[in-house]
Amino acid sequence: MTLDETDRAILNRMQDDLPLTTHPYAAIATELGISENELLSRLTRMKDERVITRFGPFFDAAAMGGAFCLCAMAVPPENFETVLTKVNAHPEVAHNYERTHRLNMWFVLATETPEGIEATAEAIERETGIEVLCFPKLQEFFIGFRVAA
Amino acid sequence: MIDAKDREIIEALQGGLPLVPAPYAQVASDMGMDEDELLLRLADLKSSGVIRRIAAAPNHYKLGMTSNGMTVWDVKDDRVTELGTRIGALPFVTHCYERPRALPDWPYNLFAMVHGTDRDEVEEKRAEITAILGDACRAKDILYSTRILKKTGLRLKTKG
Repeated sequence: MTLDETDRAILNRMQDDLPLTTHPYAAIATELGISENELLSRLTRMKDERVITRFGPFFDAAAMGGAFCLCAMAVPPENFETVLTKVNAHPEVAHNYERTHRLNMWFVLATETPEGIEATAEAIERETGIEVLCFPKLQEFFIGFRVAA
Repeated sequence: MIDAKDREIIEALQGGLPLVPAPYAQVASDMGMDEDELLLRLADLKSSGVIRRIAAAPNHYKLGMTSNGMTVWDVKDDRVTELGTRIGALPFVTHCYERPRALPDWPYNLFAMVHGTDRDEVEEKRAEITAILGDACRAKDILYSTRILKKTGLRLKTKG
């Protein structure tokens, strides 16, 4: 789909926090100078077209007592799809990307307990016979995840 | 820490917030809860950091940001905090973390995700990072993503 200026303004604004009020979209529509109806219909269209992959709260697993961890594996290309099926079968695997490196599979584990990271990584190693390297964050240099639309 | 009711709220909102004029009222009513109570609990979850924000996750690919490179750097330990802070503040860096090295294979301790419309743009941005790090950086690499293999939000396991 093609995004017009209004879509882009909406997308930029919606990457910031939505207010906790009864009519949060109306408040944002006013900021943007459009009607609540128009905002909702454009958001719905962008979500249907997958320009927005998700709209809602971003949870921090660590603040709930859980953990996130970036992990990587060096998967032989001929076994890639078989290993991928086994890795993705774990609900703890939240994101998974193929990347250009000997370490060619990079995924994020999100678990409800810190111990869950190690347990899941070990299970994947057992199932695939491939070492799982874990790269937990030591420091986050957090500014935001915004992308200019 | 979160209690059982918070947990119910998190489960109800994992799939996202409805795009209707009164979304919190709808979620509350689905849960058999007052909207006021839901809003109060959401405010608490935000102040404790369980919810970072309520917002849209854009699809970079659909926005023309088809190239994304995970830039990785081996930065001297005594400079990583100062330099990580500067790299994290760059407008084209969406995530920036210090992570442990996995020697000998993986000497890199600073990770910065860079997005661009193509690889040339990503390389230009990477050169800016190289300039900032200067001689504090001993080795570097970039890993382009070639395929999204899975992308879901956090999913809580159903208890019991």
